[in-house]
Amino acid sequence: MTVKYFISITILLFFCFSCAKYKDPHFYDEKGTPAYGDTIITASIGEPSNLIPILATDSPSHEIASFIYNGLVKYDKNLRIVGSLAKSWKISNDNLTITFYLRKDVKWHDGVPFTAHDVLFTYRLITDPKTPTAYAGDFLLVKEAKVLDNHTFRVTYAKPFAPGLISWSTAILPRHLLEGKDITSTPLARKPIGTGPYKFYEWIPGERIVLIANREYFEGRPYINRYIMRVIPDSATMFLELKRYGIDMMGLTPLQAVRQTDYPAFRREFNKFRYLSFGYVYLGYNLKHPFFKDKRVRQAISYGINKKEIIDGILLSQGVEAVGPYKPDMWAYNGNVKKYPYDRQKAKTLLFEAGFKMGQDNILYKGGSPFEFTILVNQGNDVRIKCAELIQKRLSEIGIKVKIRVIEWASFINEFIDKRNFEAVILGWSIPNDPDIFDIWHSSKQGKKELNFISFENKEVDELLVKARHTLDIEERKRYYFRVQEILAEEQPYTFLFVPYANVAIHRRFKGIEPAPAGIMYDFIKWYVPEKQMRYIQ
Amino acid sequence: MLFGITIISFVVIHLTPGEPGVIETEMNPKVTKEVRERIRAYYGLDKPLHIQYYIWLKRIVKLDFGISFASDRRPVIEKIKERIPVTVSINLISMLFIFIIGIPIGIYCAKHSDTTMDKALTAFVFAGYAAPTFWLALLLMMFFGVYLEWLPISGLKSFNFNEMSFFEKIMDVAGHLILPVCISAFGGLAGISRYMKSSLLEVLRQEYIITAYAKGLPEDVVLKKHALRNALLPVITIIGLSVPGLIGGSVIFESIFSIPGMGQLFYMSVMARDYPTIMGILVIGAFLTLLGNLLSDILYAVADPRIRIG
Repeated sequence: MTVKYFISITILLFFCFSCAKYKDPHFYDEKGTPAYGDTIITASIGEPSNLIPILATDSPSHEIASFIYNGLVKYDKNLRIVGSLAKSWKISNDNLTITFYLRKDVKWHDGVPFTAHDVLFTYRLITDPKTPTAYAGDFLLVKEAKVLDNHTFRVTYAKPFAPGLISWSTAILPRHLLEGKDITSTPLARKPIGTGPYKFYEWIPGERIVLIANREYFEGRPYINRYIMRVIPDSATMFLELKRYGIDMMGLTPLQAVRQTDYPAFRREFNKFRYLSFGYVYLGYNLKHPFFKDKRVRQAISYGINKKEIIDGILLSQGVEAVGPYKPDMWAYNGNVKKYPYDRQKAKTLLFEAGFKMGQDNILYKGGSPFEFTILVNQGNDVRIKCAELIQKRLSEIGIKVKIRVIEWASFINEFIDKRNFEAVILGWSIPNDPDIFDIWHSSKQGKKELNFISFENKEVDELLVKARHTLDIEERKRYYFRVQEILAEEQPYTFLFVPYANVAIHRRFKGIEPAPAGIMYDFIKWYVPEKQMRYIQ
Repeated sequence: MLFGITIISFVVIHLTPGEPGVIETEMNPKVTKEVRERIRAYYGLDKPLHIQYYIWLKRIVKLDFGISFASDRRPVIEKIKERIPVTVSINLISMLFIFIIGIPIGIYCAKHSDTTMDKALTAFVFAGYAAPTFWLALLLMMFFGVYLEWLPISGLKSFNFNEMSFFEKIMDVAGHLILPVCISAFGGLAGISRYMKSSLLEVLRQEYIITAYAKGLPEDVVLKKHALRNALLPVITIIGLSVPGLIGGSVIFESIFSIPGMGQLFYMSVMARDYPTIMGILVIGAFLTLLGNLLSDILYAVADPRIRIG
C-alpha cells in the first residue's frame, strides 16, 4: 500500500517538475539593448591563492586580479598594444626611453587618486629582492625609473628592449596602502584594492569570490553588475553545474564541446565560442642524442607523424596544425615555412640517407644499434599520452621503435628534464603575447633549470633573437622572427604538433561577446544582459 | 611518539622531488633562473635539511605552525582553522548516520542470522562499501541535480545564502548536505554493521546468554541488557580509531562536491609542496590518533568493568 503511494507520488512530482522545465526555445534569441545588472557566475578548478598578482603564479589568481587591477598598457582584441592607465606614451629616438602620460581621471577603489608615484612604487616593489615574485625578470633590465610629474612616468633601459613596453601591462598596486609594509603579509592579498572595472566584495575560502562593478571605472561602468567565481575542484562536477545552470561560463574539453553539449536543451541555454588558445604542443628531441643530432632524422620523424590524425582523432578537430612556435593569428606568425605533411616514403628516404638500414625485424639499424627511443609524457595529461600512442604507431610503420613512459610532473621536471635525462618528450609551451622566445631557443639558455633543455644551438637564431629583442620597430622585428621560424622549420628541433582551440560555453543571456585573436574576455565590461532576460536581481 | 612521527614525515616530504612555488612556474618562459634562486632563499630551502627541521621544531614546540609556502602566505593554523569545522561537521553527521543505521543493521543480522533479509542487508552494505564514491556521486548528482533538478549539485550553500530567511537557510544547507552525507554514510555502513554482527553472534553463543534465556527473560532484555553491552567493545575500538578520521576528509569526495574541507587542503599542499601546511596537518592528525587511542581505552573501562579492575 505505502509502496504504491510512494510510487504514484514520485511519478506525480516528476510530471510537475518536467512541466516546469519546459521553456521557450527562442527566449534568449532577442538581442535587446545594453542594460546594467545581473550576475555572471564562473568556476575555477583551483582556488586563487593571492590577489596581489606579482606574488601569484596560478591562473585563477590572475583571472580575478585582471578585473581588479590595470596596467599602464594592455592588448586590444587584435593583440596590439593600447593604453590603459596610460593615455599615451612616447618612445625616444634611441629606443631607450619610454615616457608614459597617465590618465588623470583614475581613482583607486577607495577613492584616492591614482598617480605616477603608484607606478614607481610598483616598479620598486617588483625589483626589491625581498619581494618573492616570479615576474621581476623584465624589470631588472630597467636602468632608471622616474616620476616626472604626478601624471608622467619615464623609464630608461640600458639597451633597447622590445618586450619592455608590454611589460608595463603588469598590475599597478596602490602605494598609499602598501608603502612601508611587508608585501607578503598585507591584507590586500585577500582584500585587494585596485583601479579596475570590478571591486572586490567578498571571498569565502574554498567556495567563491564575489566582485562588484566599479561604477566610476574610467572606461565606463561595466554592464554586468556582479562577477562570481566559484571554486569547483572537480571538472565533472563543474560540467554538471553548467548543465544545471549553476554556473554561466566554462571552458570545455574537446569531448564536451563536440559531443556532450550537442543537444537541444543545451543549445537553447548556451552559446559556444571558439578561439585559438595561447599554447602549442610539441614533440621535443634531446639534440645530444646520437640519432637526433642529425637534422634528417628529425625531419624524417616529422614526415612520419600524421598531425591531421592527431588533431581529428584526439582533439576531435578542436585544433590546428602547428608549424612553429606561434599561433596563426599573431603578427609574428610565419605560415610560409617548410611543412611536413604525412609522407612515409619521404621519411624512409631521409632515414636511409642518414645511414639507417632496415633490419630483419622491420626495425631500422645504424652501426649495429636499433632505432629505438622513449617518449616521456607527464601524468594526468590525457591528450599528450594519446598523442604519444599515435606517434608510436605511426613511427613503428617506418621502422622506429618507440616506448612511452608516463611520469608524475614534479619528477618529470626534476629527474628527467633538468638532468637532460630523456630522448624525446611531448610537452607544451604557452605562447606569450609578445613574440620574444629568447629564453627557449637561445643557446645561452641551456643551464640547469633553464628552458632550452633540448640543447638547441644555432648561431643565426641566436643573433636574430638578440636583434629582435632589442628592436622596437614591429616590421623589423617581424622580419627577424620570420627568419627564426624558417630556420626552426628546417631544423625541426621540435616536431610542432598542434595549437588547440579553446572552447567556452557561455549562457545565452549574455550578449556582445566577440571571439578575436585575444580570446573573448578583452571587452568583458561591454557584455550585457537585456533587461527582460536578467536572472539575478542584483 | 609525536617526535618520531614528525621526523619521518619531515624527511619523506622533503625527499619528494619538486619544490614549493617553483612547480607552477616551471614552464613559464618569463621566470628566469635568478628569480628562482631568490625564491628558494626566501623560503629557507637553501639550508641543509636537518637545520630546516630544527628551525621547524623550535617553532612547533611553541605551537607556532608557521606560514604557508603557498602564495597566499597565510599562517598555517588559520588555513586549517577555516576548514576544520566543515570537515568535522560533515564527518560527525555521517558518522552519526553510520552508527544509527549500521548498529541496528548489525543487530538485526545477528538476530536473524542466515535469513534472506540478513543476506540482502549484507549485500546492500557491501555494495555501499565497494561502489566507488566518485562514480556513485556523479550518477546521483546527474539524476537528482541535472535530470530531476531537485537537489543542488555541489557546494555547501547557494550563492544568495545571505539574502535568505532563516528557514530557507536551513533548507538550503540541508539540501546541499543530503547527497554528500548519504554517500559517505553509505560507504561506511559495511564496517560497523559487520563488526556489530560478528561480535554479537560471538556473545550470543556464550553460556550466560543461554542462562539468561533459561531463566525466562524476554528476548529483548537478553539482547539489550546482557548481550549488547559485551558486544560493544569492538565497536568502541572503531569509535576510537575514527577520531583522527574526523579531521581527514577524502580528497575525491570533497573535490566532487566542492566542499572546502581538510582533504582538499592536504592534497593541494602536497601537490604544491607546501611543507609547513603538510606538517601542520600531519602533527594534528598524529595528535588526534594518539588521543583516539586514549579515548577508546577509557571507553573500554566504562563499558566493561573487567577492564577497569584488571
